[in-house]
Amino acid sequence: MCNSASHTHDHDHDHDHSHVTVVENIMNQNDLLARHNQKLLDASGIFAINIMASPGAGKTSVILKIIEELSDRYKIAVIEGDTAPVTIDADKIVAAGVPATQINTGGNCHLDAHMMMHGLDALDLKGVDLLIVENVGNLVCPAGVALGTHANIVIASIPEGDDKPYKYPNIYRGIDVILMNKIDLLPYVDFDMDYFVTGLEMLNPGLTSFPVSAKTSEGIDAFAGWLEARILEKRAA
Amino acid sequence: MHELAVTQNILNICQRHAAQENASQVTDVYLVIGDLSSIIDDSVQFYWDFITKDTICEHSLLHFERIAAKAKCLSCENEFTLKQLMPCPQCHSARFKIITGEEFYVDSIKINKNGENHVQ
Repeated sequence: MCNSASHTHDHDHDHDHSHVTVVENIMNQNDLLARHNQKLLDASGIFAINIMASPGAGKTSVILKIIEELSDRYKIAVIEGDTAPVTIDADKIVAAGVPATQINTGGNCHLDAHMMMHGLDALDLKGVDLLIVENVGNLVCPAGVALGTHANIVIASIPEGDDKPYKYPNIYRGIDVILMNKIDLLPYVDFDMDYFVTGLEMLNPGLTSFPVSAKTSEGIDAFAGWLEARILEKRAA
Repeated sequence: MHELAVTQNILNICQRHAAQENASQVTDVYLVIGDLSSIIDDSVQFYWDFITKDTICEHSLLHFERIAAKAKCLSCENEFTLKQLMPCPQCHSARFKIITGEEFYVDSIKINKNGENHVQ
């Protein structure tokens, strides 16, 4: 069949057209690399999490609190995804005494498994128990892009509003944990928790959730406890 | 920007399959995209025209088959189209499973094999 607009010619000459079945997921290569990353993490006994959130939700602040809670007992490393070569976040992590490497995505709106591979290469993984990946601040693009981490986590913050599951549904699907950050601000903003949770329930029934405040440390211990249980499971595996 | 990464993945897949078939040219690419994916067809087409320059896919046409997002209620088994996030319109249960709309793949390509390019 030679009826497409950009492809018209006569059939006097001898040549071969064919329609070839492909059926390959567009994210296939990424997912293969993600599995490779996960094998590497498993072989090193590392539990790894991918933290996704909109800019300003408190990703770095929560990570710093986790470091405060766990770094006396477990070795932590951090991969920071940023769209620009600004090391503000990585500097804060290093100042807290934890090795961090920055991946500059060069304007790209999310990390992918290939960038993650380079992040793993840049870190000394020896003895590391917990690897925290801070994705690029974005509620759309990181969704569904596997990195090879063991748990995908979204941080939703109260001032962002209660309608986010309805407006950015994809990011909440297929995640393992949600943190609701800045709960200390609940008295000051119009945030209908029931409306938010109903949206979440439609997208991800029974999702493990932790209300936290990186400012007051409220609830951080519960999330740190969840992480600790995963770290110990990984060690035992 | 998301579409650029997606478009590069599509090109990689087409190039690999074209090479396997000893194709000289890819003329058409058929994509199946569920409505739950957050990509814009026009934006993919825009990047496609750029990044396929001087490749086996240059001047090829992208064809999008869009699949509607459909859910099945876990309470009353009603099937409904998800235009936006909402409970089951029949029994108002918030528990449902997605049955279609997550498709995101290159379905097939049309190729030429004779070493001649026939594009105007």
